[in-house]
Amino acid sequence: MVKAILLTGYGINCEEETAFAFKKAGAETEIIHVNDLIANPKKLLETQIFAFPGGFSYGDDTGSGNALANKIRNNLWDELVEFIEAEKLIVGICNGFQVIANLGILPGIENKQAKRTIALSHNNSARYECRWVNLKAFNKKCVFTKDIDTIRLPVAHGEGKFTASDETLKQLNESDQIVFKYANENEEPANGKFPLNPNGSLEDIAGICDKSGRILGMMPHPERNIFFTQQDNWTLQKEEFKRSGKKIPEESAGMKIFRNAVKYFK
Amino acid sequence: MAGNLCRIEVNFQNDTRAKIAKKSIERAGFGKISNVFLNDVYTISSNFLQEDLQKCAELLHNPVNQSFAVEKFLSPEDFDWAIEIGFLPGVTDNIGKTAAETLQDFFGEKAKEVEVFSSQLFFLKGSFTEEEAKKIGEIFANPLIQGIYIKSMQQFEADSGMDTIAPVVKLHEESKAGEVNLDVSDEELTKLGKHGIIDRIESDGTETRRGPLALDLSSLHIIRDYFKKENRNPTDIELESIAQTWSEHCKHTIFAAELDDLEKGLYKGLIKAATEKIRADKGKKDNCVSVFVDNSGGIDFDKDHIISDKVETHNSPSALDPFGGAITGIVGVNRDTMGFGMAAKPIINRYGFCFADPGDAKLLYRAKEKENSILSPERIMLGVIDGVNVGGNCSGIPTPAGFMYFDERYKGKPLVFVGTIGLMPRLVNGKKGHEKKALPGNVIIMAGGKVGLDGIHGATFSSEALSSGSPATAVQIGDPITQKKMSDAIVKEARDLNLYSSITDNGAGGLSCSVAEMAKECGGCTVNLEKVPVKYQGMSPWQIWVSESQERMTFAIPKEKARQFINLIKRRGVEATAIGEFNDSKKCIVNFNNKKIMDIDMDFLHDGLPRKKLVTKPMKSGLKNPSFEEPSHLGTTLLEMLSRLNICSKEFVSVQYDHEVQGSSVLKPLQGKGRVNADSAVVRPLLKSQKGVGISHALYPGYGDIDTYWMAAAAIDSAVKNLIAVGAKMDDIALLDNFCWCSSNEPERLWQLKKAAQACYDFATLYKTPFISGKDSMFNDFKGFDSDSNPLKISVPPTLLISSISVISNSKKCVSMDAKVEGDLVYAIGFTTGELGASEYYRMQAEKAKDKKAIGGRVPRVNGKKALASYNALSKAIEKGLVASAHPIGLGGLGIAIAKKCIAGCIGAKIDLKKVPAVGLNRTDSLLFSESQSRFLVTIAPENKAKFEAEMNGTRFAEIGIVTGDKLEVTGINGKNFFLSVSELEEAYKKTLRDY
Repeated sequence: MVKAILLTGYGINCEEETAFAFKKAGAETEIIHVNDLIANPKKLLETQIFAFPGGFSYGDDTGSGNALANKIRNNLWDELVEFIEAEKLIVGICNGFQVIANLGILPGIENKQAKRTIALSHNNSARYECRWVNLKAFNKKCVFTKDIDTIRLPVAHGEGKFTASDETLKQLNESDQIVFKYANENEEPANGKFPLNPNGSLEDIAGICDKSGRILGMMPHPERNIFFTQQDNWTLQKEEFKRSGKKIPEESAGMKIFRNAVKYFK
Repeated sequence: MAGNLCRIEVNFQNDTRAKIAKKSIERAGFGKISNVFLNDVYTISSNFLQEDLQKCAELLHNPVNQSFAVEKFLSPEDFDWAIEIGFLPGVTDNIGKTAAETLQDFFGEKAKEVEVFSSQLFFLKGSFTEEEAKKIGEIFANPLIQGIYIKSMQQFEADSGMDTIAPVVKLHEESKAGEVNLDVSDEELTKLGKHGIIDRIESDGTETRRGPLALDLSSLHIIRDYFKKENRNPTDIELESIAQTWSEHCKHTIFAAELDDLEKGLYKGLIKAATEKIRADKGKKDNCVSVFVDNSGGIDFDKDHIISDKVETHNSPSALDPFGGAITGIVGVNRDTMGFGMAAKPIINRYGFCFADPGDAKLLYRAKEKENSILSPERIMLGVIDGVNVGGNCSGIPTPAGFMYFDERYKGKPLVFVGTIGLMPRLVNGKKGHEKKALPGNVIIMAGGKVGLDGIHGATFSSEALSSGSPATAVQIGDPITQKKMSDAIVKEARDLNLYSSITDNGAGGLSCSVAEMAKECGGCTVNLEKVPVKYQGMSPWQIWVSESQERMTFAIPKEKARQFINLIKRRGVEATAIGEFNDSKKCIVNFNNKKIMDIDMDFLHDGLPRKKLVTKPMKSGLKNPSFEEPSHLGTTLLEMLSRLNICSKEFVSVQYDHEVQGSSVLKPLQGKGRVNADSAVVRPLLKSQKGVGISHALYPGYGDIDTYWMAAAAIDSAVKNLIAVGAKMDDIALLDNFCWCSSNEPERLWQLKKAAQACYDFATLYKTPFISGKDSMFNDFKGFDSDSNPLKISVPPTLLISSISVISNSKKCVSMDAKVEGDLVYAIGFTTGELGASEYYRMQAEKAKDKKAIGGRVPRVNGKKALASYNALSKAIEKGLVASAHPIGLGGLGIAIAKKCIAGCIGAKIDLKKVPAVGLNRTDSLLFSESQSRFLVTIAPENKAKFEAEMNGTRFAEIGIVTGDKLEVTGINGKNFFLSVSELEEAYKKTLRDY
């Protein structure tokens, strides 16, 4: 059975619903406290998927994701590199993305070394934003987004503005690492326009992957849109479905991301 | 503190915070400034070498978009003023704490003693005087908790940067307990009660006192007599401890008092009595599990779970430090969930704020000659909103529902309501989860943060009106991450490992209340106070005992499990310490370094305070009926109404509170494509179950100006109605009461209180909606001065918040408020009469006429029996899937409800007001804006017409129009029409607070 491990502790707070989504997708899941993983890093050997859930690790103090990334780099780096080199999957959602960006495993490691080249910084509004966004999926190699073209998901963060140097951006584009961009209802780019692009991200970037497509980092929360009734417009959809005689679905679009991850090992 | 001090400055490129700071300065009236530059500063106390410090900076910054300087300054080339804002000594510094943890993790042993202090450094370019620069600093700092340090560019360059300051607490007090002589004159006793124990007497004879005990003369006489019998004087810690336990905040002396003919008092005679009657009447349908006995109230959820709910207020702390007051409020009420039964998991946060108009810039002062100004309404509003933002978001608890209500009388003291709903298994380790009992021999363990001077006298202080003597130590800042770590360790691990026998929150009164309260369960306790971990040395024992330092829980732990518990909590990054033992000695004993400093009978401590006897006296409203012509352009009037503070969009608040976390959201705070603030929210706490929890709230402080009985009735009716509209059923609804009163020593105010409580009994029993928890805050008054040194007193309008909660059997059947499909039929349910007294419409007209008193007339009255029939019928119609949208009619009446429905659905409607079920109305404006209670606006698919009408049969309802097009067309009772486009409506609804 495919096993997913989900990190918790120090203010991580989306581990339960993320684990639920992986379980629903057919994985065996284990939520593990950072300190317990540090005490027993071999856990990673028995695991195929390593998830960094959303939350507020260390309250975003010293920069979102930075303090937890420091702790992981300091205590789990070798095991993490080993995990990546074993061609397993890593996903970082929201604060998890901020953590793996600070670790430098996105955009990617080279010769077991990582360099921070992307940052998720304060939203343009300098305020926490919890709202639904439309995303356009671009990437064909990312394991998690196979067969996804567009998807509507909620974001909830204060520091989600994707920032990188021109050179890094160019590399990301050239090596096909951009996974999600904020868009409008018609799948056109948000072009930085608020609230379509909720934070001012460069090139409307909402998520990227590493060169292999096996490490995904994204600000929006797919685990918060796995049921029909989680959607922001479900009550309207329900009326439309009812009147056109259609069956009201149980699941929703975010599940696809978790199923893709589990399917990858089957 | 050991070691050397070093400054590390970190600067962001393109820092959006600096851009927002620039806007804030400009908005505060300082004109255009060309540039703001912002550094995050870490002041490190360590024995680090230069290369270590370099490494520290690397760990504390992000190379992608930040630069840093170690022991050097990092300033823009051109600026006029440098303003640094740092915490005062002893104030919780979360960033500093995290930075220190990061360094300790990296450097290990070498960094064991490292301390880090965070601050922010602003560089401004603009021609200001030093005085103005200081004022600008005050936009970002609260002088009660933060220091502002200013240098001009010349000074900055001459000094090579800002000064290196470590805000370290230095106490010179002797750590021992002193005796207090109570054998003194009544005058002296009164002073003792009002201003506290004398700390020291200066050489010139002036006395420094420790701050209010809030004990009145009769209480002090009883205490004196008790210690006379004991043949000794009390110690300071004993007196402080009694003051905490007997405070209005803890004992609710007014609600407990005999009041006129109400022998049992308001609480036992009306509020609790209502619940008891309802539970008896409902018999097998009784859904109460644990009411009025614990930190929260609990009701049935499903066969395996119960849910808890609690709503708290944090008014006085929020007046002094809005951010700190609100964040400690929200994380504090989270602990009421963790402290419910054997610990419930927080699943929903809710909030409610009462403020003065944020546009009111006229300051008030706590002292004459413009000394000690209070914060502006805007400052309070933004600070409070931000406090709940950080507290709730960092804790990973969704905040899907809340409100903001505005009235100029909240200027002296805002009201800050915060609530938390929890979920708990019925059985915890085979025993009832909602029951707990500390046992003799159990170890007393305190977990969470360390104890400092924070929040001392919080409980006694909130029992007093705010004035210039309000203690600054009453201010606290929360550390939600420490609490989150503790919460996870308790709710997700320790509870199910059966590691403790009882648990409670450390809130008001700190250990003095939590330990003494738990000791009731077994009959006594002995505490060794020197074991309590403190933030700094030199605190007196009484300070440790009553400190309200945040994020702490107290546990009763079987001896053999103490080590396992402490180890678990420590592995989760939180402190836990054994501080004593529970026993059955019938005494509360406190030792400090082997010396007994407190020895009080449990009976006296908890029950020694005699009940008060209070009398009431009717209050006259002094209002008059307005007289004005019906406006000729009612469309314009509707737009004006939509823009009013109490009606307009509060979207900027809703979006900054995470309402999606835990994946549980069903009905959200903003509904429809047009994003209109809803009155209720629905959450599905168990991902594998369709069962939901609906929450709502209502308050009508305005109606209290005419009649507090009908004010309370309307609040109960609306809190219930709001839940019915989303799909709840009457049988499943429970209520919470929060009375925020003013001047509760005045018989007239008590009369208003009694009438409100009477309505609570009458309507709760009629609706069979039990009260499961409540809280009161009785002295929300401000005494101070205006800018001309004229004394003034501002009392909040008597405010009763009713919060409601309901289990929703199938959340897939929930209905939102937005009009949905072209051609849907619009129905008005309920009956409209000329009930405009104290309505938003009359208030608007009174403001126009510049006659505040002209809001009289008929206050809306609730016809409960008729309402019940509608509620039951609508519940059934929703259950059967016949309703496409439902919206409860509230402030602003039918007109506002129609407009909101259109805005939310981004679709128009044609409405004929002649068809609205109404009586005694001959003006269209009255019909549009009457606030008659128990009404809904509903839309349905045309094909459901017959079925829907059959369900509603026997209630008062009518089809009044159709959903169509992109404009609202309203036909008045005189047959005259007005049109408004949906975009015009939306603009009016959203523009008022958009710039926040």
